[in-house]
Amino acid sequence: MNGAGEPLLEIRNLVKHFPVKSGVLFSREVDRVRAVDGVDLTVAAGETLGLVGESGSGKSTLCRAVLQLVEPTSGSVRFEGRELVGLRQRQLRPLRRDMQMIFQDPYASLNPRRRVGQIVGGPIKLNGLASGAELRRQVEELLDRVGLSPEHYDRFPHEFSGGQRQRIGIARAIALKPKLIVADEPVSALDVSIQAQIVNLLDDLQDELGLAYVFVAHDIGVVRHISDRIAVMHHGKIVETGDADQVCEHPRDDYTKKLLAAVPIPDPRESRERRRASLGSA
Amino acid sequence: MSAPAPLLDVRELAVSFSTEEGVVGAVDRVSFELNAGEVLAVVGESGSGKSVTATTLMGLTRGPNATISGTATFEGTELVAAGDEELRRLRGNRMAMIFQDPMSSLDPVYRVVDQIVEQIRAHRDVSSQEARERAIELLDAVGIPEAAKRADSYPHEFSGGMRQRVMIAMALSLEPALLIADEPTTALDVTVQAQIIDLLRSLNERRGLSILLITHDIGVVAEIADRVAVMYGGRIVEYGTLDEIFYEPQHPYTWGLLNSLTRIDRPRPKRLPQIPGMPPSLLAPPRGCHFRPRCPHAFDHCTEVPELSARLVDSPAHLDRCWLEPERKRELRAADGRDALEQPR
Repeated sequence: MNGAGEPLLEIRNLVKHFPVKSGVLFSREVDRVRAVDGVDLTVAAGETLGLVGESGSGKSTLCRAVLQLVEPTSGSVRFEGRELVGLRQRQLRPLRRDMQMIFQDPYASLNPRRRVGQIVGGPIKLNGLASGAELRRQVEELLDRVGLSPEHYDRFPHEFSGGQRQRIGIARAIALKPKLIVADEPVSALDVSIQAQIVNLLDDLQDELGLAYVFVAHDIGVVRHISDRIAVMHHGKIVETGDADQVCEHPRDDYTKKLLAAVPIPDPRESRERRRASLGSA
Repeated sequence: MSAPAPLLDVRELAVSFSTEEGVVGAVDRVSFELNAGEVLAVVGESGSGKSVTATTLMGLTRGPNATISGTATFEGTELVAAGDEELRRLRGNRMAMIFQDPMSSLDPVYRVVDQIVEQIRAHRDVSSQEARERAIELLDAVGIPEAAKRADSYPHEFSGGMRQRVMIAMALSLEPALLIADEPTTALDVTVQAQIIDLLRSLNERRGLSILLITHDIGVVAEIADRVAVMYGGRIVEYGTLDEIFYEPQHPYTWGLLNSLTRIDRPRPKRLPQIPGMPPSLLAPPRGCHFRPRCPHAFDHCTEVPELSARLVDSPAHLDRCWLEPERKRELRAADGRDALEQPR
């Protein structure tokens, strides 16, 4: 664990702009897309920070800029006190063991030509932590840990359902016992009955491994369930952060209010009531 | 006088596809009625057969590898046996469909207004000027701001929500009696989704448009449906009014699904109640009830398929496919619900 007060991840005034260029021979910047536009956030060890926002709000770019998968335009990202912005790939590599990512689309993020065992064991092998029978034993343990079976070791990704593929992605992400996992829409592509399974799995892993999550989703209900704190993102900026229940029950920012008011309530009586109330106030 | 015939009456509809791996029984003896002016939601997860049901009604699943049986009677025409020409006259005209992804249903190289004009003039004998006026009227009615100006834009110049509005305008251009909406809000942001639901609701309430809504999202269902058919593994497992489905669910799948939803208006449970396992493969479905392998309450009898029938004395129109006694269901449902809400954090 970290010393008191020292956050695991500290993001300060992070900016990622994409230039919009024009011109044939001499292309020049005519405009810029302010995908991430001055974000401050902290994540404590073992904590879950939920990040919500609509498409185009900059959530995914923020995730990538935090993990240095895209180079930030400016600002600072400190992980355990160490500045990541400006580090070379070679310098980042040892740090990546502690920061992993889970993606929305488990189809696209798993190499279709590799067997599950190779996919999950890849990070262990690359880091020279185990090989041979010991590697296999560790991978089988990981598969078991995420609710797959050791017999799945020699299968290919296409043989699995969406939910199982997400489990493979999770097994790979926890293989190096990271301290932080950035999960970008990890349940959005899954059926409702499978979503709950994956959310519970992430919860269990957090309890066992002391992981911190940055959990990104457009579904504010799922985010609130899993998060300790929530940050709401809009047009590249964080418009509100706070305790998860607090943000959902007493939102302060107008955009947060609008977002919450649009979430369908799976309860016909309440949704009729809400409709009546909004007609009355209109 | 007897009750008027339903607008759409589907009886024992079954659709299967031959594939290289075997026969996929996508839809298994599905029956439901949609009365004029009603919104019926067919809700289910991927592979439940909800979209195949809808596209079959439009005649879009016909093909050499498809076997379709049963009947679907729409305004007196039986759709399953209808000829292609007859279906073409109905499609767009009396029944129209909108899809999840409006971009792939719009032609990118034609102006939006021209696509609507073409559709109108294919079915109606009107001048292009009249059709254009009608198209602009429609775009305005579905909430496209400055419709007269935006009408000459191309599809890519609209946002996702606006494109879905264009699709709805196009679907309404011939004043159909029935709109089939297949996951109309799934690709949209939640604030835009709310606007499209409001639009569909007002079309239903103000114009009496009947809507068959296909969706995986129970929250959306609660916002708009009058009646609900819950599908699982190709079958309707429960069918009832909106309130019956939400407050008296009779199938363990229905109440399992309802329990597993996150609610922002309630204290959160320590753990999200989950349905274990995975949906069945329709190439080799389990014997009996398709939910049996995942059902915490399955017993011997469940290896036989229960009929979709009324099992509650006081709700003769509330149908389900579950062998459990209604009294027993009430107990189990209450117990499952308690587990779900225990230990709020």
